[in-house]
Amino acid sequence: MISFLIKGILRDRSKSLIPIVIISIGVTLTVLTTGYVTGALSDIVDQNAKLDTGHLKVMTKPYAENKDQVPNDLALLGLEELTTSLQTQFPDVLWTPRIRFGGILDVPDQNGETKSQGPGMGLAVNLLNPNSGEGSRLNLDRALVRGSLPENPGEVVLSEFFAQKLEVNLGDELTFFGSSMEGSMVFYKFTLTGTVKFGMPAMDKGAFVIDITDAQHILDMQDGSGELLGYLPYEIYDDARASEIATTFNAQYDNSEDYYAPVMLTLKQQNNLGSTLDYSQTVVSLFIFIFVFAMSIVLWNTGLIGGLRRYKEFGIRLALGESKRKVYRLLLTEASIIGIIGSLIGTSLGLAGTYYLQIVGIDISKYIENSTMIMPSVIRARVTSNLFFIGFIPGLLSMLFGTMLSGRAIFKRDTARLFNELEV
Amino acid sequence: MSNFLKFLLLFIFSLPLSLQGQESGMTADEILDKVDANMIADTQIISSEMIVYGKRKSRTIKSKGYSRGSDKHFTEYLSPEREKGTKMLKLEDRLWIYSPATDRIIQLSGHLLRQSVMGSDLSYEDMMEERKLTTLYNASVLGNEELDNRQTYKMELLAKVEDLSYHKRILWIDTERYVPLKEELYAKSGKLLKKTSLSEVKKIQGRWYPTKINYKDMLKDGQGTDFIVNEIIFNSQIADRLFLKSTLKN
Repeated sequence: MISFLIKGILRDRSKSLIPIVIISIGVTLTVLTTGYVTGALSDIVDQNAKLDTGHLKVMTKPYAENKDQVPNDLALLGLEELTTSLQTQFPDVLWTPRIRFGGILDVPDQNGETKSQGPGMGLAVNLLNPNSGEGSRLNLDRALVRGSLPENPGEVVLSEFFAQKLEVNLGDELTFFGSSMEGSMVFYKFTLTGTVKFGMPAMDKGAFVIDITDAQHILDMQDGSGELLGYLPYEIYDDARASEIATTFNAQYDNSEDYYAPVMLTLKQQNNLGSTLDYSQTVVSLFIFIFVFAMSIVLWNTGLIGGLRRYKEFGIRLALGESKRKVYRLLLTEASIIGIIGSLIGTSLGLAGTYYLQIVGIDISKYIENSTMIMPSVIRARVTSNLFFIGFIPGLLSMLFGTMLSGRAIFKRDTARLFNELEV
Repeated sequence: MSNFLKFLLLFIFSLPLSLQGQESGMTADEILDKVDANMIADTQIISSEMIVYGKRKSRTIKSKGYSRGSDKHFTEYLSPEREKGTKMLKLEDRLWIYSPATDRIIQLSGHLLRQSVMGSDLSYEDMMEERKLTTLYNASVLGNEELDNRQTYKMELLAKVEDLSYHKRILWIDTERYVPLKEELYAKSGKLLKKTSLSEVKKIQGRWYPTKINYKDMLKDGQGTDFIVNEIIFNSQIADRLFLKSTLKN
């Protein structure tokens, strides 16, 4: 019976072509949109995790409250003891300190006076310890445009744009001018060893990276750090596990009267990522719902037109003794086959498009030039396993719903008047 | 006398009070001139300490400053050890800082001058602003108020030049000694940026001068910063070489 129906569908294109085209377009759009949104969100989450939030972040409570101001005077102290305790308690998590700070980078001329300068955003990470994995986590080694990463204290890498703006070359000396943790004036000489392209406008404008021990030294933060980031195994974020760790850790300090008691936040609790992810998920779900609804209406309409066209056929079949239920069931089977064909074509096209956007991406750097949000300048789609069914099922269902609605007319046919209608 | 005539006379006689110091009959500009006469001198040499109340600990920074006119200032930091030997020279709108640790002279200008000095509640501009109030602001007297048992003129100053950090100032000026006792500094948007409280007013070389000033940056938490004048000498000779960039490294 199925092969008979398939033959019918293939031979009589008038009853299958339009629904297949409509379903294919809808499914393609669903797969492509979902793949693009998933890819964009994954990139944003991944960038945030690597650069700013970690999967978990420990700060002092007052630092966390004023996090946007990077208040290093409220930094964590007793870092070694805290890290050891965390490693014992949560051995599957990798803990690494980070210090963010601001200041002016000043380039001297041959007389030691200011040749050029600019405000810079400093990021201190564990670069000199090869086991920390910070260089590859931040993608610094691959983002190098010139030179190399710091291998000794007193060395710095700048964003390529910032280095060009300051007119500074590899091996040149720069002076950092800023404030220590307690607000003392700080001057420190660095040697430029390399330049990088972070791929994020917010950082490419004026960021520089130094080793954490240099930052601790110049900012008077011995055994201290603004933030302590935690990464789950394989660097894959697992919200349930992260929440469990944060809840366990924070419970230990619930009743602490220490103003500087630490607090742990999960990735989703930072940078509005939780609401962004939830919102995006809602948007994707809404998109799929609208797609199914709109397609159902379109296919209902198509089914009605097809029904009118096949009015005689159904009449003859009913007149020959086929039950209304059977005609309806065969119609639905036929719709399922059309839905499957359309969904297969749509999913294939959608996956191909998603894969193309995964490789090539869409460059949005022009639109986020002034953005301070951590987001990549090239947004790439991502082919994930859910794309294989996220468009397929709605494509199939919309065809079925459409046919179910239009096919109700079969039950309204009055068998007694069939011959009259058929002009027999 | 009809009620209308009474009202008219009352209105005519009360009008000047809104424009003048309400008891002395002085205009707002005359009051500011007297304030400037106390606070501004041709030259000043100030030995001071700045107490910065940090969240975890407080720091006391001692310095000696020299100024000539409104555009030449030189400050040398004396302690603590970390700051010792750091020198600042401001000529007009440019500031040079010398760091003995790096043997570098760094120039600051523009918006960088609005940054905090050593984590305090003062900006470089606050520290080195010596221009006369009458040249910068249009003043009006808002009324008389009692402040810490002192009678004051409450005055509003609105900027008449463009490059000021504070578009509006509200000042409470001692009616006898012509010294500000309190000040509120506002941005152009109307946002209150800083508050200062001036106290321990002493007569020095024939002028009244507040020797303790608490600056409170309203955009920061904390108790603010105390600026204490240990010694001030007005109108003494200051060597020209102090205001040369080449002196910074010596």
